[in-house]
Amino acid sequence: MKQFQYMRPTKQKAATDAVAKDPTALFIAGGTNLIDLMKREVMQPEKLVDINMLPLKKIEQRNGSVRIGALVSNSAVAEDRLIVEKFPLLSQALVSGASAQLRNMATVGGNMMQRTRCYYFYDTALPCNKREPGSGCGAIEGINDQHAIFGFSENCIAVNPSDMSVALAALDATVLLSGPKGERRIPFIDFHRLPGDQPEVDTNLMRGELIVAVDVPESPYAQNAHYLKVRERASFAFALVSVAAALDIQNNTIQSARLAMGGVAHKPWRLFDAEKALAGKPVSEESFWQAAEVAMRGAKAFEHNAFKLKLAPNSIVQALKTAAGIA
Amino acid sequence: MADDNTIDKTSQESDIPNNHSDARRTFIKQSSLLTALALAPASVVKAAEGKIDEKVADKFENVPVTLEINGVRKKLSIDPRTTTLDLLREQLGLTGTKKGCDYGQCGACTVLMDGERINSCLTFAVMLNGKKITTIEGLATGGELHPMQAAFVKHDGFQCGYCTPGQIMSAVACIREGHANTDDEIREYMSGNICRCGAYPNIVNAIKDVKNSGQKI
Repeated sequence: MKQFQYMRPTKQKAATDAVAKDPTALFIAGGTNLIDLMKREVMQPEKLVDINMLPLKKIEQRNGSVRIGALVSNSAVAEDRLIVEKFPLLSQALVSGASAQLRNMATVGGNMMQRTRCYYFYDTALPCNKREPGSGCGAIEGINDQHAIFGFSENCIAVNPSDMSVALAALDATVLLSGPKGERRIPFIDFHRLPGDQPEVDTNLMRGELIVAVDVPESPYAQNAHYLKVRERASFAFALVSVAAALDIQNNTIQSARLAMGGVAHKPWRLFDAEKALAGKPVSEESFWQAAEVAMRGAKAFEHNAFKLKLAPNSIVQALKTAAGIA
Repeated sequence: MADDNTIDKTSQESDIPNNHSDARRTFIKQSSLLTALALAPASVVKAAEGKIDEKVADKFENVPVTLEINGVRKKLSIDPRTTTLDLLREQLGLTGTKKGCDYGQCGACTVLMDGERINSCLTFAVMLNGKKITTIEGLATGGELHPMQAAFVKHDGFQCGYCTPGQIMSAVACIREGHANTDDEIREYMSGNICRCGAYPNIVNAIKDVKNSGQKI
């Protein structure tokens, strides 16, 4: 591993200033992905700003929303009484990710910042535009079973690996950021970006900006929500396809729906058109198949991931049926 | 070395290797340090010597860290790149914690940090300043096996034994967290610990046995 400078500021301003001033500096919180990538020399920061001393470890009930501090561990969020009661979708998504040990270490902010697990990104001997801009995408013509079917570009077909982010995208969360130019809020679905011609940039964070918290608005979806994760083994594996499904059901009619998919795009893939297709429909398998058909419009597969074109709609229907209680 | 309260670069370098493998380790350590210094730009070395910014631990500068390991408080001086796993094994001689994959995928390095299980291979030791670490060496009390250790022996919860320290640390945490209520729940919450010999059924039995005994662990 390359040498790096280490600092552990106690003030938020000192932390954001340190990263804003130094283009080779990175924040570190749980470290579960960054240390992994540093060992493999995929990422080589010259300075690490340890933010664990900052007071961002609370989950608070606010007026109409719950605020989750960026440094709350994934396990603490998953087991929190408020979260389990109001946002079971988020709790389920978190528990489906990683292992118990990793969830104890990993933070909310770090989970949002984790990098793709694309083989080509991880292997420094192979081309990857995300790791080394301009070197090419090894996956397009290579092994691409894990890769995107939506929103990819000719430069990158990698997928975002987070489960938590899929649930937060579905739940209309907002991200609170703090940087050298002050604070700002952005919708969770605008936090991650599509690869376009800059696949090396995963998010819309500006240099020196720190994720401070995530606000999740109260919603009528707690009763009928389900996170379905399909993977190559029963536990401790990344999603091939995952679906966050949440329904507001009154008198067997869907008032409104929230749907997002993981494992299919460079960012959590919110299914707005399918949500619209579900609104006002009766709770039935037929309604769910119609929504899945709408959701899959525009999907395109590569040599090894064509199975996702079938797995994704099947998973959408299964997740919706489970959420609605008719599985 | 494990009994030393203070371990710094100077004392490490002056240690007389007591066997062949230690001699090799020391040689590698020293030679890689020399290579690193030789490759460092002059400005970096100068900055480190001059301590221009005392809040920033510059490259090649060790960072003071205080940790409580198995109930013993240790003041250490650590290269920021050192993982907790490497600190335990290479500097403190606590080799019960195993290095399997070194990437957080196998769980062999599981220890408890302030009572919570973590992968020691994916933490920099400097980040754990002030924390309490419990390793497999710290479980037994007064020469008596911890109930989970005894249960692994009773149920034959291992074959080669390499993953066992990590399995046992994880199993203790699994019960304390309240995630050992059914076989399925145990399997799910123990999925971060891989056993290549396939002792899983016996590991589940050992955990159930301890859980059902109601012993305080």
